[in-house]
Amino acid sequence: MNDSDIILKVEGLSKAFGNKPVLQDATFTQRRGTLKVLVGPSGGGKSTLLQCINYLIPPDQGRVWLDGRQINPKSRRELSAYRQEVGMIFQDFNLFDHLNALENVRIALLKVKGMAKAAATERAMAELARVGLAGKADLYPAQLSGGQKQRVSIARALAMDPKVLLLDEPTSALDPELIGEVLTVIKDLAQAGITMIMATHQISFSASLADEFLFMEKGRIVEHGSPAELLGKDCCSRTQAFCAKLSELAGDAGQ
Amino acid sequence: MPDILTAIWEALPFMLSGAWVNAVLIVGAMLVGLMLGVPLAVGQVYGCKPVRRVVQIYVWAFRGVPILVQLYLFYFGILAWASSIPWLGWAHLESPFLAAVLVLGLTSAAYQSQIFRGAILSLPAGQFKAARALGMSDATAITTIILPQALRLSIPGWSNEYSILLKDSALAFSVGVMEVMARTRAVASTTHQPLPLSILAGIIFFALTWVGVKALLALEKKVRIPGYSH
Repeated sequence: MNDSDIILKVEGLSKAFGNKPVLQDATFTQRRGTLKVLVGPSGGGKSTLLQCINYLIPPDQGRVWLDGRQINPKSRRELSAYRQEVGMIFQDFNLFDHLNALENVRIALLKVKGMAKAAATERAMAELARVGLAGKADLYPAQLSGGQKQRVSIARALAMDPKVLLLDEPTSALDPELIGEVLTVIKDLAQAGITMIMATHQISFSASLADEFLFMEKGRIVEHGSPAELLGKDCCSRTQAFCAKLSELAGDAGQ
Repeated sequence: MPDILTAIWEALPFMLSGAWVNAVLIVGAMLVGLMLGVPLAVGQVYGCKPVRRVVQIYVWAFRGVPILVQLYLFYFGILAWASSIPWLGWAHLESPFLAAVLVLGLTSAAYQSQIFRGAILSLPAGQFKAARALGMSDATAITTIILPQALRLSIPGWSNEYSILLKDSALAFSVGVMEVMARTRAVASTTHQPLPLSILAGIIFFALTWVGVKALLALEKKVRIPGYSH
């Protein structure tokens, strides 16, 4: 593996809330244009890991490199620059409720990147079109369905030209019939070569796109490997047992 | 009976210009309260410990001391002292009106800060998180994401604060501001008709309350975020 191929490197990330460790010694590297999928039971540390990567939750220990540069979270300026390059998609969307879809996508271009209004509007419209919502630009979050909200939030993240996109269970808060439209967008992004780390319970969907699964339990990455390795027929991995249970509960393996 | 009506009729222009004094007083005080209340609320929610402590002491002080006492302290104390400083002479600080605007404004800031604080805390934590995730500084997140939402939510509480403060503004007569109450007493002392004039004063205060509350209700409707049914 060529070193310049590596876009993100995470080493020894740990976090405890009080005495309770919620993330322990998370370490991995990620190559450009790949999708890494975090699976495992709720409370296993997936969300904490994602939020520690962009320091929304400051980790107690550990280091992060983006594109070969180590992040210094103590410098506010550096942290802001880093976060602009790492997009984040939340489970519950977190669209800005007082701004319409266009303004949601445009606000950081104006206020963080300092773009001119016309250029920012053009870029925001292009991103909304990319997620199929050009016609909804004037609508406010409360006027959009869950799936549309999540697509706006993806457009908002993409507008910043992130080097890595972190997705924290992007479909978990959605009604079943709305999951598909969001997964379609994510699939398009994966095929367009956007580097992503996604926590999800959509196992078979992500198995077809991911280059690596990380199985997290009790704050640790307990298994990692390609979907084929971890989910193969004669494999007896912890991951496979968990995924089998998920599809059993869902009654379908084929989301 | 005609005597009473004549008394009211003759006093009406004088009383109504008093209503104007109350209106200017209250608008000034609400604005002082807004300009100070917002930073106080932000300090109390997002500030470090010493900042939160200072805000708490401020809020306790101004909520704890009666407005009448504060008026005396400011008018006969702080402002009288400040106006005796030679290089501040140009500012004419020994003004009862200024004392009243300051006292009502500073007191209102304490109450308004708690309205804004409640509104900020009622916003989902994800709003700030999403702003940070986009690379916004905390200051940008607060001014572009948090406050525009929190201020909208504050309007009902603000309209309540307005109606309370308006009636507190009657206390300004105690330091000699010629507002509605002061004029009521002045007229009553010459016409010996305190009752009808008090009724008139009550009607004037009621009308000022009504206009202000209706205006704030209209503002609330105007800035309502589309899609919310309430």
